[in-house]
Amino acid sequence: MSADTHSAQSHDAGHGTGHGTMGQLMIGFALAAILTIIPFGLVMGEVEMNRTALVGIIMGLGAIQIVVHLVFFLHLNTRSEEGNTFMATMLALIILVIVLAGSLWVMHNMNTNMMPQHEMDQQIEQMKSLQSQQG
Amino acid sequence: MSPLDSPTMTPETAMTPGVTVITDDHGHHDSPTPIGFWIYLMSDCIIFGALFATYAVLGGGFAGGPGPKDLFEPGFVAIETALLLFSSITFGLAMLQADKGKLGGTTRWLIATGLFGAGFIGMELYEFRHLIHIGAGPDRSAFLSSFFALVGTHGLHVTGGLIWLITLVVQINMHGLNGPNMRRLGTLSMFWHFLDLIWIGVFSFVYLVRLV
Amino acid sequence: MANAQPAETFSPIFGRLTLDWIPYHEPILIATFAGVALGGLVVLALMTYFKLWGPLWRDWVTSVDHKKIGIMYMVLGFIMLIRGFADALMMRAQQAMAAGEAAGYLPPHHFDQVFTAHGVIMIFFVAMVFVTGIMNYVMPMQIGARDVAFPFLNNFSFWMTVAGALLVNISLFVGEFARVGWLAFPPLSGASYSTGPGMDYYLWALQIAGVGTTLSGINLIATVLKMRAPGMKLMDMPIFAWTTLITNVLIVVAFPVLTATLALLTLDRYFDFHFFTNDFGGNAMMYINLIWIWGHPEVYILIIPCFGVFSEIVSTFSGKPIFGYKTMVWATACIMVLSFVVWLHHFFTMGSGASVNTFFGITTMIIAVPTGVKIFNWLFTMYKGRVRLEVPMYWTIGFLVTFTIGGMTGVLLAVPPVDFQLHNTLFLIAHFHNVIIGGVVFAVYAAVSYWWPKAFGFQLSDKWGKRSFWLWFTGFYFAFMPLYALGLMGVTRRMNSYPDPAWQPYFIVAAFGAVLILGGIVSTFVNFYVSIRDREQNRVGDDPWDARTLEWATQSPPAPYNFPESFRVNGREAFWQMKQQGFKWSGHYTPIHMPKSTAMGVLIAAAALVFGFAMVWYIWWLAILSFAGMLILGIAHTFNYNRDYYIQTDVIAATEKKGATA
Repeated sequence: MSADTHSAQSHDAGHGTGHGTMGQLMIGFALAAILTIIPFGLVMGEVEMNRTALVGIIMGLGAIQIVVHLVFFLHLNTRSEEGNTFMATMLALIILVIVLAGSLWVMHNMNTNMMPQHEMDQQIEQMKSLQSQQG
Repeated sequence: MSPLDSPTMTPETAMTPGVTVITDDHGHHDSPTPIGFWIYLMSDCIIFGALFATYAVLGGGFAGGPGPKDLFEPGFVAIETALLLFSSITFGLAMLQADKGKLGGTTRWLIATGLFGAGFIGMELYEFRHLIHIGAGPDRSAFLSSFFALVGTHGLHVTGGLIWLITLVVQINMHGLNGPNMRRLGTLSMFWHFLDLIWIGVFSFVYLVRLV
Repeated sequence: MANAQPAETFSPIFGRLTLDWIPYHEPILIATFAGVALGGLVVLALMTYFKLWGPLWRDWVTSVDHKKIGIMYMVLGFIMLIRGFADALMMRAQQAMAAGEAAGYLPPHHFDQVFTAHGVIMIFFVAMVFVTGIMNYVMPMQIGARDVAFPFLNNFSFWMTVAGALLVNISLFVGEFARVGWLAFPPLSGASYSTGPGMDYYLWALQIAGVGTTLSGINLIATVLKMRAPGMKLMDMPIFAWTTLITNVLIVVAFPVLTATLALLTLDRYFDFHFFTNDFGGNAMMYINLIWIWGHPEVYILIIPCFGVFSEIVSTFSGKPIFGYKTMVWATACIMVLSFVVWLHHFFTMGSGASVNTFFGITTMIIAVPTGVKIFNWLFTMYKGRVRLEVPMYWTIGFLVTFTIGGMTGVLLAVPPVDFQLHNTLFLIAHFHNVIIGGVVFAVYAAVSYWWPKAFGFQLSDKWGKRSFWLWFTGFYFAFMPLYALGLMGVTRRMNSYPDPAWQPYFIVAAFGAVLILGGIVSTFVNFYVSIRDREQNRVGDDPWDARTLEWATQSPPAPYNFPESFRVNGREAFWQMKQQGFKWSGHYTPIHMPKSTAMGVLIAAAALVFGFAMVWYIWWLAILSFAGMLILGIAHTFNYNRDYYIQTDVIAATEKKGATA
């Protein structure tokens, strides 16, 4: 937001990401509303469904809505800023996937291989009760 | 065009060998602000990524305390979500007015955006206060710690966005919709839509999935 | 513990800060404080005597010129190098003495602070600061720009880094520093086991400096993407500009993870959250997982710009274009992505099981491949070139040898079963000093001796430069080869004393190496002194090394606007092309649009420093006040729309004429 050294005159000429049109805004609104209402409806209506499937649907619709926001509200495309905006987004996405999936994978494996605290507590309790029975 | 190509490359100039002086030096670079701010948003996105990862890993650590089904009200979250989505739309409308150079319309839609945002923050504060009041504060369990950290960080961002929005409303009414102000509106618009985007992750992953 | 902490008290005005926290009973600190205070007073007196306050404020502190800011980063780096190296000497002395029954001279309470401060300072306030400084100074000129994309932000980033560095140094005389190792693993760093302000100094210093680092990363990426000279494609940029781009991409995607992780630990400590505690469902291993997701890219953030420095130097002093330009770029890009999938090799022993360890072991070995590609590229650049053995080339060749050894020991550590033996031993310490000294420090020295004549218009002393090199080079091997041996014997890191006297000879050799390195550092400062003293004899032209990239097309030192006219380039090595075609500026100058200096950056950073201090000591009223101050100053800055000016043609003509005669 500080002064750009080269171009005082050309501020608003070259906005890489335009501000879109009324049409885009309304399509985005409609899609976002639908994609919000469905998951809330599923949960609030307590729909009978396989738990995994339900979780998958909610996460999937969330992912689709994120794309809707990117395209219709943030006007992400592969052309603006010579594609740099798109590249930056893709890189951020890769890193997000690595951070999320990696953390879950690593921590899950650690939890299965190392004994978590509460299980250890349970085992100590069991041993104590065994000892007291024997004693 | 591949990102490896510079915007200023044209077929004629590609023919000229070596280094040449340019005498009419005007507007060779457009503003770096949009791409710079986008990069900032991506880095902010990764802060949220780390918080989501923490929630994913520690979200099951109830420590004998209350869980999501005891605490989360989907109806309440639905209203919060609606408020943020409406604020995104009103911001979009403000930008369309600004593009037409209409100061009054821009100001009115920005104020509407601010009110929706403030409503969202109010609801979130109410929820936090309620949770702490019933003994489900962030110090109760790792699950609640990661919930408060993630949702709270989003809330802090919205608060920051509100302060920025108020500042900008004052500034466009002082100086009009000039170059710098249009650039600032553009960046705040990106920021605001980005926060709504993060909220999609929050309501899906933090609230709804845990209520299934 | 002998040096128990003062009792926890709280007053509404001073928080938990009491006089007991001023370490006036520790002779080492008193002597240090006296030295610093005396030196400080002398500097203040001299500055007042020579009336330098005004110029310092106008030309440096408030400057948004990327060259000035780059030089200030280097000054900060050298000051903090002295501090960090003093810690290193103290550790080497302690371990050389404390064998068998001997306790040495540092009690554990103090020794633990010393190794923590050494690590934090050397990584965050020396290595990071140096590479940021070099990138700031060199990259914009290499791409033919007049400044960075966001000049005010650049100034602000620098002062935030200074604020972080100051906070670490304040901890020396007010309170204490953390005693937890440079990455502060919980639960040791949590509220239960690290009471007192030391750990909080750590958190706030890194958070404040981290803001600066992230913003500077965004700034430099935007600069590369938007400010290149017309006609310069990305694939035409000098390798150093490429490595700058990739480094800053890494900064922007990795540092947020550090910010988030430290923020979570802060919440644990201040508000009784339970992320990394042992109870209430917390999991300390999550911290270790997160911090290394940042931590591994961080080491590449440090080394990648150094690869760029060596690429420029090898190419210039071999009189050839860099061998395998495209492989160089792609190798760097591969390292960027791969550096994000190796983090678990820092905690193979955590117990994630064979499948996880195998995956990360293999990725770690793979990342050595692109690095190897680079080594061969440098060797092939020199091959059949007319290599001129100037001081920068000494550092480069020293780097090639030393870094390769360090890389090899890294691949050894990548094998999980080997790592189970060597984890947390001095072998690891030797390995990362091997790559960081052999890579980063040598690169910084190479860069300083290479670009110094550009920055100041005169050369550094050859004699002292070589002395510095040989002392550092031999000192490094004396200091760290014994640590490899000790590590293989199973000696763990961070030991205040040890029972086996058979280890002592190795530690004594290592201490001797540290003294040699001290000689190298002293030679550096002597070098600066004699070179500045004899500057009139050492004057050189704009292009003393017969270089190939655009920064050498400017005057030495460069004018504020870098290039008097705009120009279009076509293809790589633009300056080499200019020399081939006998390029001359046209002399038809047009006014140049430049950003104005501003004091806002340093003021906001000062408020941030006060905020950090207040948070460390629980002085809540001051924290609220200074935070409000930051916010108000920041908003006030946005009300200033008058941020630029034009350099008129007569000024440009006069400056260019002066440069031509000099």
